[in-house]
Amino acid sequence: MNNEVLKEKILAVLPKAEFAPAGQWLTITLPKERIRSYCQTLKDSPELRFDFLFCQTGLDLADQFQVIYHLESTEFRYVIVLKASIPNKENPEIDTVSDIYRTAEFHEREIYDFFGIHFKQHPDLRRIFLDEISDMIGHPFRKDYKDEVNIIER
Amino acid sequence: MIEDTVIGSIEQQEYTINMGPQHPSTHGVLRLVVSLKGEIVTQVKPHLGYIHRGIEKMSESMTYPQIVHLTDRLDYLSAHINNHALCLAVENALQVEVPERVKYIRTIMDELNRIASHQLWWCSFGMDLGALTCFFYGLRDREYILDIFEESCGSRLLHSYYTPGGLMKDIHPGFQKRVKDFIKYFRKVLPEYDQLLTGNVIMQERTRGIGNITKEEAISYGFTGPSGRGSGFACDVRKHHPYALYDKVDFQEVLYHEGDSLARYQVRIGEMWESMKIIEQLIDNIPEGDYSAKMKAVIKLPEGEYYQRVEAARGEFGVYILSDGGKTPYRLKLRSPNFSNLSAIDLLARNFKIADLIAIGGSLDLVIPDIDR
Amino acid sequence: MAFNIYDFTSFTEWIDQGLRSVMSPAWAVITELAIIGIVFLVFYALIGLILVYAERKICAFIQCRIGPNRVGPYGIFQTIADFIKLLMKELIHINKADKLLFNLAPFIVIIASFMALSAIPFAKGLHPVNLNIGIFFILAVSSMGVVGILLAGWSSNNKYSLIGAMRSGAQIVSYELSVGLSILTACVLIGSLQLSVIVESQADGWLIFKGHIPAVIAFVIYLIAATAETNRGPFDLAEAESELTAGFHTEYSGIKFAFFFLAEYMNMFLVAAIAATIFWGGWMPFHIGNWEGFNRVMDFIPPIIWFFGKTVVIILIMMWFKWTFPRLRIDQLLTLEWKYLLPINLINILLMALIVLLGWHF
Repeated sequence: MNNEVLKEKILAVLPKAEFAPAGQWLTITLPKERIRSYCQTLKDSPELRFDFLFCQTGLDLADQFQVIYHLESTEFRYVIVLKASIPNKENPEIDTVSDIYRTAEFHEREIYDFFGIHFKQHPDLRRIFLDEISDMIGHPFRKDYKDEVNIIER
Repeated sequence: MIEDTVIGSIEQQEYTINMGPQHPSTHGVLRLVVSLKGEIVTQVKPHLGYIHRGIEKMSESMTYPQIVHLTDRLDYLSAHINNHALCLAVENALQVEVPERVKYIRTIMDELNRIASHQLWWCSFGMDLGALTCFFYGLRDREYILDIFEESCGSRLLHSYYTPGGLMKDIHPGFQKRVKDFIKYFRKVLPEYDQLLTGNVIMQERTRGIGNITKEEAISYGFTGPSGRGSGFACDVRKHHPYALYDKVDFQEVLYHEGDSLARYQVRIGEMWESMKIIEQLIDNIPEGDYSAKMKAVIKLPEGEYYQRVEAARGEFGVYILSDGGKTPYRLKLRSPNFSNLSAIDLLARNFKIADLIAIGGSLDLVIPDIDR
Repeated sequence: MAFNIYDFTSFTEWIDQGLRSVMSPAWAVITELAIIGIVFLVFYALIGLILVYAERKICAFIQCRIGPNRVGPYGIFQTIADFIKLLMKELIHINKADKLLFNLAPFIVIIASFMALSAIPFAKGLHPVNLNIGIFFILAVSSMGVVGILLAGWSSNNKYSLIGAMRSGAQIVSYELSVGLSILTACVLIGSLQLSVIVESQADGWLIFKGHIPAVIAFVIYLIAATAETNRGPFDLAEAESELTAGFHTEYSGIKFAFFFLAEYMNMFLVAAIAATIFWGGWMPFHIGNWEGFNRVMDFIPPIIWFFGKTVVIILIMMWFKWTFPRLRIDQLLTLEWKYLLPINLINILLMALIVLLGWHF
C-alpha cells in the first residue's frame, strides 16, 4: 500500500486535509478544532476504517503543544498519523476522542497528567500516575518544568 | 412498609474494597478500587502510579544506548522484545543495516522470551484460579530458558542484550544445542500443561464466558497481543508489520473469536507452540558473521520522528522518538500494551463476581511496571 | 473372634477399677476425664504436627519440589519450629475489631473440632464416649465450627474477612446437607447411629462392599462434601488467598492464627476418620468371606493401624484434591451442591432403602 493511493482516498473524504512532508507514515497536520471530526470521518469511512488508535502522544514543542494520534485500519492495514497542534500554551485545550476510541480515555488522562492538556468532554479527566501519591504540582513533561528537589539537572 | 425500605436499602448498598496495591493476585502494585454488591462487581477503578518512575522523562536526558537499559524495566518479562523495539527504532533512524546473524539471534531470543513470559503467565493464571501446582510446573520449565539467557546475556531477567546496531556480545557457543534441547523437552512438556489445567472442568467453567469483549470493543480499547487475539482481533505486529525475520519464517497467528478468558488462555498456549515453530526454523541456520554493525561511538539521531512497533509478549509495544538531532531524544513515548489492556478492565469485570475479576485480571496478564512506566 | 486380642475394653476397665479402688467414684470419674483430656490434647497436637508436615511434603512431591528439609532429618521438626515461631509471634490487636468475638472465634473453631473427636472409636473399646447417637453428635458438634468462622469474619472489621466468612457460611450450611444425607445412606443399611455398633456390624465386610453401588455413591458424595466442609481446596473459597488475601483469618496472627490452622487439619482428620469408620469399617480388619487363613493374618494387624491406615489414605486423597484442582467460584459451588449432589443423594437414599428392603446387600 503506497502512501499516494492512501492520500487520495483520504482526500476523497477529507478534502481539506493537509499533509506533512513524507515520513515513516503518512502524516496529517490539523488544528485542534478538527480532531473529532477527522477521527470520526476516518473511522466511519468504508474505504479507510481507521478504527485502531494504537498510540496517542503528547508533545511540548517550543511554540505549541501537539497531540499525535497514530491510527491503524485493522481491515486494510493502513497507518496514518494525525498531529493536532494546540498553539495556546497558557491554557491548552483539545476535544477528547475517548468516545470514538475508548483506549484514548487512559491515554488522554496520561497526557493531561504529564502535559496539562485539558481534554474537553473527557468522562473522567483525573491525573493517572502522579496523583495522590506524589502531591505533584505542575506537569513534569513540559519543557519549562522545574523541580529542584527531585530532578538533578546535568 | 418499613420492611420494604429496609430491604430496599440493604439491596442497594454497595461497598468498595481496595484490591491492592498489596494483594496476592494483582501481580505487582496495581490498585483496583472495586465496588461490590454482595459478590457482584459493579465497578472497577484502577488507580495507577505506585511504580511510576518517569522512564519517558528520564529518557529525555539519556543517550540511546542508555535508554535500552530502561526499556528492560518496563515489561520485565519481555525485556528482549522491548530492547528490540528501541534498537530497531534507532537503527531505522540511522538507516543502519544490522548483520543477518543479529537478526537471527534477535528473533530467536524474542521468541524464547515470549515462551518464558507465557510460561510465567500460565503459572500465575493457575495460581489466580487456585491451582497452586501450576506455578511450580511453569517455573520449572521457565528455568531452562533463563539458563539459556544467562549463558549468552549474562543475566536472567533484565538482559539489555541488544544495543543499537547489534548485540552486546556474541551468543554462547553452546547456545544452539541448549535451545534445541529445550525445544525438544518443551514439546514433550507443553501437553502436560493442558492435562493439568486446560482440560480441567473447574478451570473451563471458571473462564468460559467470563470477561467477554467483542472484536469491535477490543479494537476500540486498543486490546493487543493475546488478549486482543482472543477476541478475534488480528493484531499480531509480527504478521502485519513484520520486523527482524518474521516475514521469512512460517508461523500462524493464533486467533480465537470467543473473547472470553478461556480464549485468551488458549491463544497464549497456542502461541507457545508457534514460538517453538519459529525457533526451530531459525536455530540451525544462524549465519556466521559479526554480532554487531559498526556504530559511531556517539549515536545522534537525525532530526525527525521515528516509530517502531513490535509484538511483545503481552501485545503491541511501540517506541516513538522525536529527535532534535542531539544525542538524547527530545521526546520519547513508550506505547505499552498493558496500559491499553488494563483500560478495559471495568468493561470486562462488570457484573461478574469478585472471583471472576481475578480470573479476568489473570487472563489479561498484566505487568504493572509496564503500565506505570 | 480373633481380633479380641486387641480388645481395649479390659484395659480401660482395669484403669477404671484401679482408680475406683483408691478414691471415691466421683473423683475417679473426674480423674478419668482429666486423663482423657490430656491424652487428647497430646493426640491433637501430634496429629496437627504430623498432618502439617505431611501436607507440606505431599504438596512438594506433587509440585516437583523437595519441601521442608532443613530442620532435622527430612525436615521432620519443621512444623515444631513453625509452631514455636507462631507461639512467639505478636498478637496484633485490631483497633476497630469487636474484641470479645474476635478473641472468641478461634476457640469456638478449635473446640468444635476437639469435641467431635471424642466420639470416634479408635479401636475396640478405645473411645472416650460411646454415644448411642454418635454420628448425630459428630455432625452437630463439627458444624459448630462455622459459627467460629462467621464470628472471625464479622468481628475482624475487614471486608475481605467478611466476604470469606459469608462464603464459608453459605458453603458449610449447604454441604452439611450432603454430608448428613450420605452418612444417612450408610445408616439405612446398618440401622444404627452408634459408632461402635456401626464398626461391629462391618466385621464380615466393610460397608462400601456390603452396600455396593449406593454405598460407593454415598462415599464419593461424602468425600466431596467433606472436603467442602473443611474449607479445603478446591473448595477453599473462605480463604481463597488469590481473591481475599486470607479470607476470614486475614487479621489473625500468632497463636490465634495457629488455632485456625490447626483446626483445619484437625477437621480434615475428623472427616477422614468418619469416612473410614462408616464406609471402610473403622478399625475392622479386611476380611474376605470364609478365607480363614487370610482373615486370621489380617486379624493380627492391630486395629489402631487399620483405623489410622484408612484415615491416612482418605487424607491423602483430600490433599491430592487440593494440590491439583483450581478453586471453584461461589455460585458454582452452590450449584454443585443444590443441583447435583443433593438430588443424587436423595435418590441414592431411596436406592439404598430399596436394596435393604429387598435384601440385595451382602
